[in-house]
Amino acid sequence: MDKIPVLKPKKLKRNLTILTLLFLIVGSAWFAGFNFIEVMINLGKGGRLLGRMFLPPDLSYLPNIVDPMTETVRMAIVGTFIGATLALPIAVLTANNFIKSKLLHGPLRIILNIFRTIPALVLASLFVAVFGTGPFSGVIALSIFTFGLVSKLTYETIEAIDYGQVEALMSLGANKMNVLRYAIMPQILPQYMSYTLYGFEVNIRAAAVLGYVGAGGIGQTFEYNLAWRNFDRVGTIIIFSFFIVLIIDLISSSIRKRLV
Amino acid sequence: MEKITIKKETNYLHVALRVFYYIVVFGLIFWGFKGIEYKGVMQSASGAINALIKGFLNPDMEYATNMTIDGLPNAILETIAIAISGTFVSAIISIPFALLASQNIVGSKVSKIGKLIVTMIRTFPELILALIFISVVGPGAPAGILALGIHSIGMLAKLFSESIESMDLGVKEALESCGGNYFEVLFRAVLPQVSPELMSYTLYRFEINMRAASTLGLVGAGGIGAPLIFAIRTRSWSRAGVIIIVLVITVSIIDQISSRIRKRIV
Repeated sequence: MDKIPVLKPKKLKRNLTILTLLFLIVGSAWFAGFNFIEVMINLGKGGRLLGRMFLPPDLSYLPNIVDPMTETVRMAIVGTFIGATLALPIAVLTANNFIKSKLLHGPLRIILNIFRTIPALVLASLFVAVFGTGPFSGVIALSIFTFGLVSKLTYETIEAIDYGQVEALMSLGANKMNVLRYAIMPQILPQYMSYTLYGFEVNIRAAAVLGYVGAGGIGQTFEYNLAWRNFDRVGTIIIFSFFIVLIIDLISSSIRKRLV
Repeated sequence: MEKITIKKETNYLHVALRVFYYIVVFGLIFWGFKGIEYKGVMQSASGAINALIKGFLNPDMEYATNMTIDGLPNAILETIAIAISGTFVSAIISIPFALLASQNIVGSKVSKIGKLIVTMIRTFPELILALIFISVVGPGAPAGILALGIHSIGMLAKLFSESIESMDLGVKEALESCGGNYFEVLFRAVLPQVSPELMSYTLYRFEINMRAASTLGLVGAGGIGAPLIFAIRTRSWSRAGVIIIVLVITVSIIDQISSRIRKRIV
């Protein structure tokens, strides 16, 4: 039987890509001083720390962290609310199919991009330096971050809507506001709500560590106990926040699944 | 012309539910606002803002062009290195976790346990992981790499398992019917099919890790975070300004490159 010749694609490009990737990975591991053997040898130390945190955690400390945890949840709620509320009108202005002006949505896009690029923790430490410590600085940081995130996701959704409905309304003589109210909003609102909830999930996690720079919430208690090496209390804080985040995630993602 | 009337059926249960949701949501928001005390802006705030703007307008160029180990280029490179290595570590570890969480590979019972493990990893904050790993390898970039490597499994394994679950099972069955063993099926049917998506998700996670790597320095896990926090705490605004500007530009460029590659892969 004759062999059927199989034409294989040229391998040069693939090999070059793999080589570049390998170079990048090995290079960065070397640059960062990553030593796999050292990690393996010292793994025991991490185990000992985990042991001091969780075997057993100091559960008598639990009543002391309910208040900071409540503050964390409040910060996340307020930050998400402010950020997402501001995001909706800005997203409409930024989408390139509602208002067709490059002068408007070009700069807006750059600003939104900058907001999203600066990590919430850095924003928070900036605001702590300006407004002083406390949840207020944290809330502003979360608001700005949520605003950038939700605006971006929402304007991309607006740009991807079914334009037929808009044209149908325009052909009936509807003005811009009518188009917005009856053609765009109904199409994007479920997505927007879903993005807001997603932002809330991200914010709960972010709010839990913001206290590390003095911006309120459970992170402050965490940092304090870590500095005093009360590892069994740190363990309690980790377990408690873990469950709160897990519960909120489960609720939020089940709502999101039903929305979209 | 006669007006066309559209009859809307009102379902009172739905209306009541809707009202109930509104009350819950606005109640929560109100409750949230009640807890956030606005203590008023610090008296020094306007001065601080002025100094901040001044600092951002006069970036510390000496620091930005300092090519030694204490300079900005080195710190940025280290941040990128942490993000790349951390993403790579997590992409490798994520594959077994993803298989464990995929219903069509291990069956629905095991996959539920796998999914739970993945969710639990995702919930564990990377900063805390970084602190744990600092006790393992000491402060520095390796701790950051390990923290990102473990934390990213939570998201990557979830996305990986979703794409494995939605793949075409025909190839897998064909190989099985030819007598392929478990590893042959895995490496010749499952992974080749999902690898473009896997790479795309990995790149996406790399973008996220770039941002995460820039805050890890806060707890001593390497990268740009440590000099940035130090500059903010000592209110050296021109230095903080230059770090933030360079960070934003670097992250934006990497985002652009990465999303362009992602578009070509999938």
